[in-house]
Amino acid sequence: MHELPITESILKIVLAHAERNDVRRVMTIHLQVGKLSDLEDEWIQRYFDYLSKGTIAQGAELKIERTPITLQCNACAASYPVAIANLSDSACPACGQKDSKLISGREYYIKNMEVQ
Amino acid sequence: MENVRLIEVKEEIMADNNQVAAGVRERLRNTKTMLLNLMSSPGSGKTSLILRTVEGLKGAVKLGVIEADIDSTVDAEKVAARGIPAIQLRTGGFCHLDATMVTQGIDALAAKELDLIIIENVGNLVCPAEFDTGAHKNVMILSVPEGDDKPLKYPLMFTICDVLLVNKIDYLSLSDFDMAALRKRVLTLNPNIKIIEVSCKTGAGIEDWIAWLKKEVEAFRLG
Repeated sequence: MHELPITESILKIVLAHAERNDVRRVMTIHLQVGKLSDLEDEWIQRYFDYLSKGTIAQGAELKIERTPITLQCNACAASYPVAIANLSDSACPACGQKDSKLISGREYYIKNMEVQ
Repeated sequence: MENVRLIEVKEEIMADNNQVAAGVRERLRNTKTMLLNLMSSPGSGKTSLILRTVEGLKGAVKLGVIEADIDSTVDAEKVAARGIPAIQLRTGGFCHLDATMVTQGIDALAAKELDLIIIENVGNLVCPAEFDTGAHKNVMILSVPEGDDKPLKYPLMFTICDVLLVNKIDYLSLSDFDMAALRKRVLTLNPNIKIIEVSCKTGAGIEDWIAWLKKEVEAFRLG
């Protein structure tokens, strides 16, 4: 539901880097988005296509890598991945404790882009 | 065909909002005004809770309210009718508030020398969880009719909050809502969250909420 402001922000960052690097055309943009985010990949691309019209990023493809949800056990410090469906009932595979903190899964990150 | 180059970008997409949010927190820290972001689904009782909070803090804490609503001023009018400074931000269809929108509200309340500003965020359990408003504390309401399975569907919201208010407990006898299951699910997601059961209708549990709030505002004031 909040794809629009996220996409605006992506375009702004991409265009700033393109300008600094004498880019004529942006072809592919690689993003990392945490699995905890409810973003729909398809909608990000659609908003991007709309917002980027007339810029050098027009026609660029967004490739979204979903980073896993990783918890770290507060008892033994082991870190372990967890599926979103099991998030509210997960125990540390090493020691069985349930007290943990989230160490990844909320990322919104632009990694790199392929350009001409 | 021109060669394709790879440019390393390595930037946080949310960096702009996060920076504005950090600025809001710092600015309010200096004026000793605590900012509290209240989130929930539509109809779970945000406005009712704020009206109970106005009553509970009367004479002890100077309170202001920033209301977010897609396109109406109904909520702000209810709060303002109790003599509390209230600013309505119309989000114009946006599903959440971001730190820049919150800044407008804070600017409008700046002259009031408040101890506490409560943001009534847009009714939504998804988007508001993703956008830092600059609040010092995040509080959410889950009402009994919504069901005890909500932590399974919207884990992020439960993960980022300091307090969960379970509202409409007067409905418990009419429902198969399992409070123990809810507590277990929520505490697994977020072991540090404080869970308070309330009914804005009967007033049950409201004193516990007000006690928590007064303690936090006092601790904030002392820095």
